[in-house]
Amino acid sequence: MASYTDELVDFDVALEKYDPVLGFEVHVELNTKTKMFSSAPNVFGDVPNTNVTPVCLGLPGVLPVVNKTAVEYAIMIGLALNCKIAERCGFARKNYFYPDTPKNFQTSQYDDPIAYDGWLDIELSDGEVFRVEIERAHMEEDAGKLTHMGGATGRIQGADYSLVDYNRSGVPLVEIVTKTIEGAGKRAPELAKAYVAAIREIVKALDVSDAKMERGNVRCDANVSLMLKGAEKFGTRTETKNVNSLRAVEHAVRFEIERHAAVLNSGAAIVQETRHWHEDTRTTTSGRPKSDADDYRYFPEPDLVPVVTTPEWIEELRARLPEPPAERRKRLQADWGYSDAEFRDVVNAGVTEAIEETIAAGTTAAVARKWWMGEIARLAKNADKDVTDMGVEPATIVELNSLIEGKKINDKIARQVLEFVVAGEGTPSQIVEKRSLAVVNDDSALGAAIDAAMEAMPDVVAKVKGGKLQAIGALMGPVMKATRGQADAGRVRELVLEKLGIEG
Amino acid sequence: MSAISREDVAHLAQLAHIEMSDAELDKMTGELGVIVDSIASVSEAASADIPATTHPIALSNVFREDVVGTTLTAEEALMNAPDSVDTRFKVPAILDGE
Repeated sequence: MASYTDELVDFDVALEKYDPVLGFEVHVELNTKTKMFSSAPNVFGDVPNTNVTPVCLGLPGVLPVVNKTAVEYAIMIGLALNCKIAERCGFARKNYFYPDTPKNFQTSQYDDPIAYDGWLDIELSDGEVFRVEIERAHMEEDAGKLTHMGGATGRIQGADYSLVDYNRSGVPLVEIVTKTIEGAGKRAPELAKAYVAAIREIVKALDVSDAKMERGNVRCDANVSLMLKGAEKFGTRTETKNVNSLRAVEHAVRFEIERHAAVLNSGAAIVQETRHWHEDTRTTTSGRPKSDADDYRYFPEPDLVPVVTTPEWIEELRARLPEPPAERRKRLQADWGYSDAEFRDVVNAGVTEAIEETIAAGTTAAVARKWWMGEIARLAKNADKDVTDMGVEPATIVELNSLIEGKKINDKIARQVLEFVVAGEGTPSQIVEKRSLAVVNDDSALGAAIDAAMEAMPDVVAKVKGGKLQAIGALMGPVMKATRGQADAGRVRELVLEKLGIEG
Repeated sequence: MSAISREDVAHLAQLAHIEMSDAELDKMTGELGVIVDSIASVSEAASADIPATTHPIALSNVFREDVVGTTLTAEEALMNAPDSVDTRFKVPAILDGE
């Protein structure tokens, strides 16, 4: 890998002199069962070139047919982004020659996208809402996957040959393009991350994409340019390609701002070019310059007829939209009565749905939070698994909680029971039964243990008799030990007082 | 006279990664010119108030339901490939933009 030599300017210093201008292109892979223009399955991770038809391979004479569900998903994304939906739109061929597309063109949309002129409100960490204008959202297809082989580093530079898998060729994509974003200032990196997170959240809530960035379901190209404060003309932009995690989006925008500032300060000009993001060094390097290669010679796709929407169809799809994620979060926090910090932790832990379902199944918000953020999270961390992957169902929590409230088990035993649930031993009740974990509140069994403890600790007994009731705590240890932790502490206290003839 | 110049053809050849000799460029410039000229007669027939169309029949919304159909096997997919490794096509390394 070439050594990295670009000069950088400190971020805060750069922002004193320049205003950043941003723009994003986010590609969303839809989770339809089949591809955009063929009935091949849209499945990730299968044996290469097994999910292909002659259409995916661009064989001579094949004809594409549009997937209706993909069009509907694109319209739903447009509606969720407050876009206008085109009454009529068509497909176009974007011509380029590269082995990831066997047809030598990508079927896309050109000057008549299905959705246009929308907006999305992005909430930043300081609570301010930043409105991002959406230019368009259009339908297109994904390309095949190239793996570069040979060469010293496995990168494309110096590769001997490439291997191609067309399973991804033709997977439906919606590309969402923002208008130019000005005024973000120092918060540009944060806004970039929050914007991509919001898009991901929306397509996940719509259930139109699996929305896994690590699998490339959501991919971001980030455009950055700087202009001198007070200037009216935009600077030259660079486009950092395929920034594929939320953190990387934030870092890439920050890095480009620092790099642009250094280039401009030196009196040189920014080269309009594609930049490649490197996660390992958190830097970008020069890709290809914008040039002839971007001469895509778009023209209408003669093999596909236009898509015409009706108000009825659009309203039918609008009715399928879920509550917008930002509104949903506000509603849930108010309903549950969590503090801002508590709610943020819940969202970050990814247990919002689990808690919602647990409450719906019959616990309080506090109980649901206690378990999902406490013991289940701890067990998940130890097992290095997702909290929602531990095999704990909302019903498990409801049952566990009713066992506690019914004084069948105490809190400590309940945590043990949960471990056995996670280990697959059955439901909480079955486990309590099978392992004889029920609290001992049978007076004769407790009585014997209490008598033994009192006999062993005459000084404690004397204190209690003398009115120091909190001394009873000292008797609890031996009693718990004798009952293997299963004594009902409240009942033990009552029995001690009874035995000593004291009114509790 | 045709709107296609020799430079246009050279540019297209470069985009398509096709190497062309001077003689081939000359020949193709002439041939493409004839094609473009013959199609140009269409614009004489179509007046400005006729919307552009891309399909001979006024169809719209030709859709397919989202149902999985038959696929090729990897062997079938690779049957005409000049070269392959396991179940993938093998192609020369191409650096974009170069």
